[in-house]
Amino acid sequence: MSTATSARPQVRTGLSAARRAQNMMMGGLILLATLLVVAPLILIFVYLIREGIDAVNLDFFTKIPAPEGETGGGLLNAILGSLYMLAMSSVFGVLVGIAGGIFLAEYPRHPLMPSIRLVSDVLAGIPAIVMGLVAYGLIVLNFGFSGFAGAVALGFLMIPIVVRTTEEVLKLVPQAVREAGLSLGLPQWLVTLRIVLPAAAGGIITGVMLALARVAGEAAPLLFTAFGNPNVNLDPSKPMSALPLEIYRGATSAYDENQRMAKAGALLLIVLIFVTSLLARRFSRKV
Amino acid sequence: MNPLLQAKDVNIFYGDKQAVQNVDLDVHTGTVNALIGPSGCGKTTFLRAINRMHDLTPGARVTGQILLDGEDIYAPGVDPVAMRRRVGMVFQKPNPFPTMSVFDNVVAGLKLAGMRNRDQLMAVAERSLRGAALWEEVKERLNTPATGLSGGQQQRLCIARALAVDPEILLMDEPTSALDPSSTAKIEELMTELKKVTTIIIVTHNMHQAARVSDTTSFFLVGDLVEHGPTDRLFQSPRDERTEAYVTGRFG
Repeated sequence: MSTATSARPQVRTGLSAARRAQNMMMGGLILLATLLVVAPLILIFVYLIREGIDAVNLDFFTKIPAPEGETGGGLLNAILGSLYMLAMSSVFGVLVGIAGGIFLAEYPRHPLMPSIRLVSDVLAGIPAIVMGLVAYGLIVLNFGFSGFAGAVALGFLMIPIVVRTTEEVLKLVPQAVREAGLSLGLPQWLVTLRIVLPAAAGGIITGVMLALARVAGEAAPLLFTAFGNPNVNLDPSKPMSALPLEIYRGATSAYDENQRMAKAGALLLIVLIFVTSLLARRFSRKV
Repeated sequence: MNPLLQAKDVNIFYGDKQAVQNVDLDVHTGTVNALIGPSGCGKTTFLRAINRMHDLTPGARVTGQILLDGEDIYAPGVDPVAMRRRVGMVFQKPNPFPTMSVFDNVVAGLKLAGMRNRDQLMAVAERSLRGAALWEEVKERLNTPATGLSGGQQQRLCIARALAVDPEILLMDEPTSALDPSSTAKIEELMTELKKVTTIIIVTHNMHQAARVSDTTSFFLVGDLVEHGPTDRLFQSPRDERTEAYVTGRFG
């Protein structure tokens, strides 16, 4: 290395002391900024592990919550409820979202395109609690609190996220690939479904996982839709629990035991989101 | 003999900007026809009008008539999908379908349109790959991803893919501009074989390539078809002084 550079003019030695000091200062500032970005995540993680790890045991995953003020119990109702509602909401949110993304990316000349884009953008800006109100008005007022109503609210939240990522990923597929398909005399819908969509599949899966991770932590839209349930319930027409709901209930409780359970729930939620994001990155790298 | 393809007073616009003006051109069955001219002269724009690729471009508009076997492909009621089956296309950069194997790429036009018979598909794949002079190189790896082939092989794969649907006309948009000289030579060799089964219209910015492979040549300049004629005649005794300036290398 040094023999290779010694033959060349030594550019770096000309750096003045002032330049070097400035360089170091800027480097330090950037390092500080990076730490500030990472710090909240680390603080949350450390705090939750310290406060909640004691409650994470076999009971935590296999038992329902103990009555107020008593020790023991777990969050089985919330874990199953969250998984159940996320699965239900993605059936709806993912299908509608991908369809919307395909429409925006593949039919730019369609007269309805601008309105669909506007609707999707507005939908993305609607607060989660308002989405809960919509599901409340549509379903709860007619059929009562239910896991289904919660899943609908979460599904609405997923739609704009999935629409956006699907559109972006589809636009990354080269136009020449579409033209090649069309020049074989294939109709556009076949080109989209069988050639363009498979080429973008990795990115779309990433988008879906990020959307799942995003709505998995929502409590607000579930408060007056899924409502919560102290028992394990897998009937979508009945109230259902979810991790964010148990966290909310536990954290606002007067009892230490419930508070610890809430922190353990939060820890589980963050780990789940972390794992989902990691998986999403794996898929996106394959594209 | 009636021409296979006839362009009559073709004008092409992008929004308000006119890219091609009043082009009249006849193309006969079993010939190789080169479209030459400097960058931005409208040759690719004209080529893409022949299989209605401009349908996809917002703001693009084609007027005049392009007759395929006497029928105007822009007439109302013409299904562009059915029409494109008769007019295949090979693009500037090799563009195999990224998620498909070599085999699936070749037969994509038939398989996705509903042909399921494996033996039949295999026969088409072999015929098309032989037609594109690629069979010997890929027959052992038909089920490997198409993106694993070299650039030159990928381009011949794209030619095979276009041949598989048995088009009457094959449009080639600078098909060798992204390839190295030996791959280019292979594809040029191939063209003289291909014109036995189809009719070729090739856009090229390489005049030597036009001179080597084509029967007729059309010279475009800022959207006008300046001169059209047998390739030998056009290169040896051009009638228009702009053609002469271009083919002798004075500009472009």
